[in-house]
Amino acid sequence: MSDISILLVDDETDFVETMTKRFRIRKIDVASASNGPDALNLLEGREFDVAILDVRMPGMDGLELLRRIRAKHPLTEVIMLTGHASLETGMQGMSLGAFDYVLKPADFDDLLDKVRRAAERRALNVRTRHAGG
Amino acid sequence: MIESTGYTRLRVKLILTTLAFSFIPLLILGLVISRQYESAHKAKIVQNLSHITENKRRTIDLFLNERLSQLMTIAYTHQMDYFLREGTLERVFTLMQARSKYYIDLGVIDEDGNHVVYTGPYKTIRRANYKGQEWFDQVLAKGVYISDVFLGRRNYPHFIIAVCRREGDKNWILRATIDSDIFDSLVQSDQLGVGGDAFLLNSDDVLQSKPRFGPRLLGKTNIGSYARFPSVRVETINVNGKPYLFGLAWLENKNWLLAIRDDPAEELLPLEHTQFMVWLILAGGMLLIGGGAVLTSNTILSQLVAAEREKASLNLSLAQSNKMATLGKMAAGVAHEINNPLAIIKEQAGWMRDLLSEEDVRSSPNFKEFEDSLGKIEFHVNRARDVTQRMLGFARRVDPVQDDVNVNEVVRQTITFLQNEARHRGIEITTNLQPDLPLIASDAGQLQQVFLNIIDNAIDAIGKDGSIHVATMAVHDPEEVIVTIKDSGPGIPKEKLEKIFDPFFTTKKVGEGTGLGLTISFTIIQKLGGRIKVESEEGHGAAFIISLPMKD
Repeated sequence: MSDISILLVDDETDFVETMTKRFRIRKIDVASASNGPDALNLLEGREFDVAILDVRMPGMDGLELLRRIRAKHPLTEVIMLTGHASLETGMQGMSLGAFDYVLKPADFDDLLDKVRRAAERRALNVRTRHAGG
Repeated sequence: MIESTGYTRLRVKLILTTLAFSFIPLLILGLVISRQYESAHKAKIVQNLSHITENKRRTIDLFLNERLSQLMTIAYTHQMDYFLREGTLERVFTLMQARSKYYIDLGVIDEDGNHVVYTGPYKTIRRANYKGQEWFDQVLAKGVYISDVFLGRRNYPHFIIAVCRREGDKNWILRATIDSDIFDSLVQSDQLGVGGDAFLLNSDDVLQSKPRFGPRLLGKTNIGSYARFPSVRVETINVNGKPYLFGLAWLENKNWLLAIRDDPAEELLPLEHTQFMVWLILAGGMLLIGGGAVLTSNTILSQLVAAEREKASLNLSLAQSNKMATLGKMAAGVAHEINNPLAIIKEQAGWMRDLLSEEDVRSSPNFKEFEDSLGKIEFHVNRARDVTQRMLGFARRVDPVQDDVNVNEVVRQTITFLQNEARHRGIEITTNLQPDLPLIASDAGQLQQVFLNIIDNAIDAIGKDGSIHVATMAVHDPEEVIVTIKDSGPGIPKEKLEKIFDPFFTTKKVGEGTGLGLTISFTIIQKLGGRIKVESEEGHGAAFIISLPMKD
């Protein structure tokens, strides 16, 4: 499981910092960005298994970022993180191709579980891709 | 909202306008008809009166003419000597009296005024001499003479007609005396009404015939002086302060004025009857119109009130949903802003818990305290999260949407929202939700509001200690989801049962309820294509049954 790599995008730096520590202590590779463009830059440099995106961010919001990631890096699975417990936002994210969504404040174990399952799916996708192509 | 004084004013205005627009033409019509009829009637009275007057005048003139002609015929067909013979005059007089009983006597007077021959009842005047008397001079000068009525030596009202004949170079006069009673019978007639009268006046206003009312024969009466005029005149003359209609005509043979009096009060009686009928019909019509106006305005007003009430309830539900939307947006904003710091607190606590699992910290003497403290932080963060998520759930119903709605989920969420309040009051909320309930096309937010209203009402109705049971189930034909919310409250009395969905109907104390909750609920369910009904028996709680269509 230590081979999972995560990109965490949130404008709350305290949140990003803590989450990073918590993932790292579990031997999960985490990179973080505080806005959409930075996240896209990071994605240009290397591949991530899972991206966790906050929905509400200044500038480019989570849904827009999701759209771009799905377009450019279709293999990267996305989990939406929202403080807005609206079904619509979650559903919208899902319809745009997000793997799942988690309500803030999230249960860390719940989030971790979703990250793992997302990584598994990515692995499956990569394999079918290789097999197919 | 529904201002009764405003409606009263409007009602009065409506009635008054209707009445004004109906009464004014009606009154004008009535007045015009009445006036027209009156003037026509009066014209007819005048015409009638002048007709009678003209007839009477002709009759009297004819009578005088006849008498004059008779005397002239007698005088001009015989010589004076003829009458001097014994018994001749008596024979002639008897003949004349056979035609007209009003002759009193007949006499022949010579040029010197001596009564030569006389026949009649008054023997004393047989030897009378009339020389120098006015009538004598007149008859000599004009050939004929008709006197006014006078008492004379006979002391009996009479008048004389005399003709003068010229025989050679001598004049002689034939003179007849006529009982003036003849005029009474000629002038009076039953053509006149009860108050009517007729009489003759000479030029000195002395009565020449007996009137029915007022002064006696030869008395004076004053109806004004009139210069001789042709034909007939009709005048209104006051007699004893009372106006009478007079038909006036001068005789042709004598300067006597014929006056026929008509009592207008009597003549106008049929007119008054007709006018009374006209006004009676008018009053009846006005009453009918008035009643109609009241009825019409009542109908209009009740429709207006109904429309206004509908509008008011619509406005209120609109205002309510606007308020809810605003409140929802605010709640969502607050919840979101709180959720972020909560997330950070939670993650910090999580991080600390991660660190606590490391060996060296575990051996710390305060390890237990740290762990307990962290547990409490996590517990209360979760508690705060429940609150914010409930707020967000509440905020969700902003705009009416058509979504696939899991009714069970909405019920559960609503109950969570009210659970604390219910628990606080010792009320147990139980559910029996059909597990495989199909999704329906509806608006979750609006549904939640309805459930919230009804369960909230149930809690209020129970007050303390009781139970609320919520059940869902799907039925077929029609395809519907039925939600039943039953409480153990005091129930709703029968008379209030039918008013329960009316706007502003509330059983709560002033200030506690708006009386709109169930109205809004009713409107919402209706908008969503469903039905809501209530079943209750006093003392046995109440059950609200909501039927929602699966597909709209």
